[in-house]
Amino acid sequence: MLQARNRMSAVQSRQSAGSTQSPERTSVLLRELVAHLRQNRTQLREEWARRITEAKLLTAMSNEEVFAEATSVYDNYVEALETGTFEALQAYARNLSERIIPRGVETHEVVGIVLLLRDVLARSLFAKYQADFTKLDRILDAYEPAANRIANTVAVGFVQERERVIRQQQEAIRELSTPVLQVRERLLILPIIGVIDPQRARQLTEQLLRGIRSNRAKVVVIDITGVAAMDATVANHLVQTVEASRLLGATVIVTGLSPEIAQTIVNIGVDLGKMNTVGDLQGGIEQAERLLGYKVVPIAETPVQAPGGSETWRSQS
Amino acid sequence: MEIPILRQGRVLIATLQAAVPDVDLMRLRTNLVQEVVRGRSQGVIVDVTAVDVMDSFASRVLQDLAHMIRLRGAETVIVGIQPEVAFAMVQLGLRLENVATALDLEEGMDYLNRKFKTTA
Repeated sequence: MLQARNRMSAVQSRQSAGSTQSPERTSVLLRELVAHLRQNRTQLREEWARRITEAKLLTAMSNEEVFAEATSVYDNYVEALETGTFEALQAYARNLSERIIPRGVETHEVVGIVLLLRDVLARSLFAKYQADFTKLDRILDAYEPAANRIANTVAVGFVQERERVIRQQQEAIRELSTPVLQVRERLLILPIIGVIDPQRARQLTEQLLRGIRSNRAKVVVIDITGVAAMDATVANHLVQTVEASRLLGATVIVTGLSPEIAQTIVNIGVDLGKMNTVGDLQGGIEQAERLLGYKVVPIAETPVQAPGGSETWRSQS
Repeated sequence: MEIPILRQGRVLIATLQAAVPDVDLMRLRTNLVQEVVRGRSQGVIVDVTAVDVMDSFASRVLQDLAHMIRLRGAETVIVGIQPEVAFAMVQLGLRLENVATALDLEEGMDYLNRKFKTTA
């Protein structure tokens, strides 16, 4: 029986020089391979986990966790080899990525561990078939494309998941980054923090103009204390925003210009007569209040409230 | 179609529709400039809430209108410029310089009334 098989495989190997094997032949080999991997599961898995620790991969996880993940990755890996379908593995890779990305696992680690598994398994195949080189050759022919596809699937799955997380975070940052706040009736403030790129600048303008309309604002304070520098394009955009706000009937006060930004604005040659600028946010709000006709006085100077009113208020609270 | 001019106390109000032909706009300018002195009006409000595209010609006419009316002794306010229109105008460099603007008709009225109080 064994001899017959050997003879057959010898014929086969002569017919197919290297990688071009008939599909059923490949599946027979893969089945043999899977049986081998199942048989030596414990030992190979331990070997793999050991090499992961040795290579200092997945340092964000404890040894037990690495071992547990290694087990399920191993089983999924073998299953993908056996069935030749990658959907389950894809889903698993996505699920795994979802779990490990928040823990700070990097792309090179994930690719690294999958490649390590590939190496560990290849080594075990070398050890098993070292006596029969032609057989080893054909087993590897069956194993390598499948293993490469698995490595590919896992890596792509990880990167896609990562990109999804990044996109989500970008979205969140974009929404958070431009709050338009009403501090008094008809007075808005727009605190800007961080780097302004042209896209963010455009979004900022849209939100501000919409805010002016919906809040019926008369005065807007744009505070750019948190902006270290801006290039000429964005500075120009800021000036345009100020003028567009004026067309909507709102006065804009810009506060907290850093020396660098002041330099930029002077360099692009903006008519400063149109720009209303105040040193800091406090000054800006004070001027805005003046424009709106508010006067803020310390509480001691205000006339004493009627006792009845304050008492009812106290009893309520 | 000729743009109607409404009178509300001391103020003349003209409302532009979405697409105003250049001729009508020019005629509005002529009519308003005449009417403002004939009716002893002190303020003019041009409402552009419905206008979704403001080209250089239109904004030039509005700016001239405001300046001419100031020379005739009254104040002009352009009201209701849409946010998108405002930003497009600024990008095209149409800044309506030295022309008062307000959010809507009510704000425009407010502005003129305050103006009348300070000058009276």
